Amino acid sequence: MTGGFARSATGRVVLRVDELEKGLLRSLAEQVLAFVSPDDSGPERDPLAILIGIESDATKPDDPALARLFPDAYREDDEAASDFRRFTERSLRETKMAHAQAVLDGLGRSGEKIVLSEQETASWLGFLNDARLALGTRIELSDDNQDELADLPEEDPRSGMFQVYDYLTYLQDSLVQLLFEALG
Amino acid sequence: MLEETIPDRPWVTIVWNDPINLMSYVTYVFMTYFKFDRPKAELLMLDVHEKGRATVSSGTREAMERDVAAMHSYGLWATLQKDD
Repeated sequence: MTGGFARSATGRVVLRVDELEKGLLRSLAEQVLAFVSPDDSGPERDPLAILIGIESDATKPDDPALARLFPDAYREDDEAASDFRRFTERSLRETKMAHAQAVLDGLGRSGEKIVLSEQETASWLGFLNDARLALGTRIELSDDNQDELADLPEEDPRSGMFQVYDYLTYLQDSLVQLLFEALG
Repeated sequence: MLEETIPDRPWVTIVWNDPINLMSYVTYVFMTYFKFDRPKAELLMLDVHEKGRATVSSGTREAMERDVAAMHSYGLWATLQKDD
């Protein structure tokens, strides 16, 4: 693992990644992109509703990782939660897709030093969080079981996922610390 | 007549604890979106972490829906409700 995020002499955010890390991050961004993309393939989709960004299907996803990325906005009012989802979920999906796509575009540039614009930096921050939320939910990470997950035998499928999660945590925290400095 | 002049109870945005979002990231989001200074953002973040939840904004229902949508776009687990 190399340096993570740093600031260049001219103040730009720079990500240092080797080819191995690039490949891992590219694969994760592709998975997140597919995961958050809306399913418009069904015959019941209303093209006008798609155009103006309203979901006809507005129920909380069954998949816990998707439910974590697209949570209910009301805890005790299912109807309000469903209405909120109908009017906001598509744009939330599009935001997350744009983040993953910007990450893929950045990783497509050659070299092990990727210089990011301010907008790309925000996309990296969002993507890293989305990927951690999805992975962390998958391995059922809690406040109490992180040591246990870190010590899993290699043959446990959660072991590799936790290592990736841990790497993304390191990357995200290095980016947040950098952004704190800019806030003053 | 008096009752009609009493406004509705305000609505609030609540951020809930989760084991994945980093403490540094939650603080950063509160500073960036709500424009809180770092001490206030860290205090609210610690409330989320230690008490399980924190009220981060209050106002009209529409304004709270905007705040909740923004928190969701950052990946924070937020809900809105009438202030109790």
